[in-house]
Amino acid sequence: MSAGSVLFDAPGPRARLRAHLYTALFTLVLLAVAWFVFRGFADKNQWNGALWKPFIEGATWSEFLLPGLLNTIEAALLSVVIAIPIGVLLGIGRMSVHRWVSAPCGVIVEFFRAIPVLLLMVFAAELYFTYTDVDSETRPLLAVVTGLVLYNGSVLAEIVRSGIKSLPRGQAEAAAALGMRSGQIMRSVQLPQAVSLMLPAIVSQLVVILKDTALGGQLTVGYTELVRSAGPITANFNNSIPTLIVLAAIFIVLNYLLTLAAALLQRRLSRSRRTPPGAKVVVNPGATAGTGAGVAL
Amino acid sequence: MRFTRSLKAGAGVAVLALALAACGGGGGSTGASETGNQSLADKAKSTQKVVVGIKFDQPGLGLKQPDGTYAGFDVDVAKYVAKELGVPESGITFKEAQSAERENLIQKGEVDFIVATYSITDARKQKVNFGGPYFVAHQDLLVRSDNTDITGPDSLNGNKKLCSVKGSTPAQKVKDTYAKDVQLQEYGKYSDCVTALLNGSVDAVTTDDVILAGYAAAQAPGKLKVVGKGFTDENYGIGLKKDDTAGTSAVNAAINKMIADGSWATSLQNNVGPSGYKIPSPPTVPSS
Amino acid sequence: MDLFSKYDIFGAFWVTIQLTLLSAVGALIWGTVLVAMRVGPVPVMRWFATAYINIVRNTPLTIIILFASLGLSSTLGITLVDPDSTTSIADSSFRLAVLGFIAYTATFVAEAIRSGINTVPVGQAEAARALGMGFTRVLGTIVLPQAFRAVIAPLASVLIALTKNTTVAAIIGVAEAALLMSEMVENESDRLLLVFVLFALGFVILTLPTGLLLGRLAKKVEVRR
Repeated sequence: MSAGSVLFDAPGPRARLRAHLYTALFTLVLLAVAWFVFRGFADKNQWNGALWKPFIEGATWSEFLLPGLLNTIEAALLSVVIAIPIGVLLGIGRMSVHRWVSAPCGVIVEFFRAIPVLLLMVFAAELYFTYTDVDSETRPLLAVVTGLVLYNGSVLAEIVRSGIKSLPRGQAEAAAALGMRSGQIMRSVQLPQAVSLMLPAIVSQLVVILKDTALGGQLTVGYTELVRSAGPITANFNNSIPTLIVLAAIFIVLNYLLTLAAALLQRRLSRSRRTPPGAKVVVNPGATAGTGAGVAL
Repeated sequence: MRFTRSLKAGAGVAVLALALAACGGGGGSTGASETGNQSLADKAKSTQKVVVGIKFDQPGLGLKQPDGTYAGFDVDVAKYVAKELGVPESGITFKEAQSAERENLIQKGEVDFIVATYSITDARKQKVNFGGPYFVAHQDLLVRSDNTDITGPDSLNGNKKLCSVKGSTPAQKVKDTYAKDVQLQEYGKYSDCVTALLNGSVDAVTTDDVILAGYAAAQAPGKLKVVGKGFTDENYGIGLKKDDTAGTSAVNAAINKMIADGSWATSLQNNVGPSGYKIPSPPTVPSS
Repeated sequence: MDLFSKYDIFGAFWVTIQLTLLSAVGALIWGTVLVAMRVGPVPVMRWFATAYINIVRNTPLTIIILFASLGLSSTLGITLVDPDSTTSIADSSFRLAVLGFIAYTATFVAEAIRSGINTVPVGQAEAARALGMGFTRVLGTIVLPQAFRAVIAPLASVLIALTKNTTVAAIIGVAEAALLMSEMVENESDRLLLVFVLFALGFVILTLPTGLLLGRLAKKVEVRR
């Protein structure tokens, strides 16, 4: 059911009046809240031009924000690239007919899905610090990527699994009737169909990963991603609040672009390809448990 | 066929990531060359280069500025020592030394020496050598200038609100030793504490006085003040490789010279003086 | 197991549980309100809900939590506590963290419920309207009850994600599990693995039953079509 006009009748004169009333009231409330925030910030001098000026100067961006952004993107891309093959292997492994393959894969997936990414990163950082010789330039990056890969590999495994499960049973049965073995069915029949179905869910997982890189600058992880790279900005200009607002804006724009890309991809895939019946649950993010988990963090 | 196209897209992403990783890795070369156990003094003279670990986000001490240069007392000390070791300013590479990383950076040779509000302690002496002390700091309190009822750690009793950074010992020390019923707010950075102090949501910020003075000096004059009742001694040293005695005495000689020719006091005056913080008399540095 | 006597591990996890439960209830309510606004007949509300969801969902939780503390509490003075209380800072950080989690998690709740609404056949709402029901009654008595049944599994995922997300509260000094762990890994670096396994198990114990129980519930109340 497409939400919207189905849920209510075309407004008559009274309904329209009521809608206008609600519109006016709600707008008033919004304006009041906005005014309160604006005044509150003004009282504490947060709109002071000197606090915001650094963000229209090129040097602030080239010295601090852009390198931080690059680090954020680097960590996110590395994590995705490593997590996808791991996720595919774990996902397929979990569906294996051999118990000695499926059981450990299931345990790994459930275990790492249950643990907060922040804890994984803190632990990985300390582990590399204590037991390896990795230099201080790369260690935080490794810790961040390790945390993100372990968690997102497990989430992607579930996306893969639900993608393959949503294919019509007939596909596998027909392949089996042709005499294919189970590994062959997975490789040449099920996985190719599932991959393009899962692509949008995978792209939206990228949004999750991108946001989670912001954890890498916290506690003892110490990766100079976007949020942490802004530390010297606040130290230079005493502008904690404006900096937070600018950081949030950068992430919002970045993630919004990614979401748009995901939606575009989804539309293109569903237009150019006849989706097998019943497979559309996966394409609609949030509709199944597997993809729901992906969107939810 | 669809599958191959997806694969191609995936491969493209992989290549992009590798390229990113490559340029990230290339830019971050550690700089410290494979001179092994050579003394800092010899190495500096022969290569004309040093890598120095400093803080990047501490106004008045070690601060990375938007134009890419570094400013602060620690930075001045680092430059002076480098100059005395025979390294021109263009030969200095500054590298961020996060607190938890400092011993590690020295031990692995990623930096030649560290000037980063680095207190000399027995535990650290097991792992690194210390030149100096080049400054003796005292744990203190930073308050708003119009505040008159906080005069020292004891006056924090009576439900005052104290801010410090997560996992730092200073705040806990105040609570344990001086004021049982003080409330602690913990943030990740001191600048967040300073924002909270300016907004009035905390009453005081605690850490070493010279660090606090740096924050106060970075504010408009007259907004914040350091209480000036220091209640611990923190000997800031210059950390360098364990057992580098020649390097340590060269560093000590440089600090002594910096104190003697007045640059020590001038630098402090320039960097933290504007806060109204009284520049203390210089520490005694072992002369050899 | 002297770790348990030296550190208040149960206390830290109790804070995690409290953060999770309070935030979950708040997020469910606020998320439902958001979704009602988003599918409702008033354009300003639709516009607001859409903008809110797109903005908040795309902001890292780290920034939202920091903003709750520095922006709301410190700058706007919304501390949510009596300033004279002797535990005002701890209480304030806790409540602000809950507020931040509600603001963030509600967007995922809203998206989940909206996808649940999409599974309800059009005929249901049409029939209700034919009976003369208005928007609030169509949504409240016909559509949402069916939608909720369809989204229990996705909501369970949101709840599990929330449980894990509460660790972010550590950055404004809320004494929950992640803060304790980061303290412990520094002090007990010779027993690193033990510390990690301890906390990992804690979270497995918290999240696995949630997933299993709600998964079973989802199957039980599923609307067969």
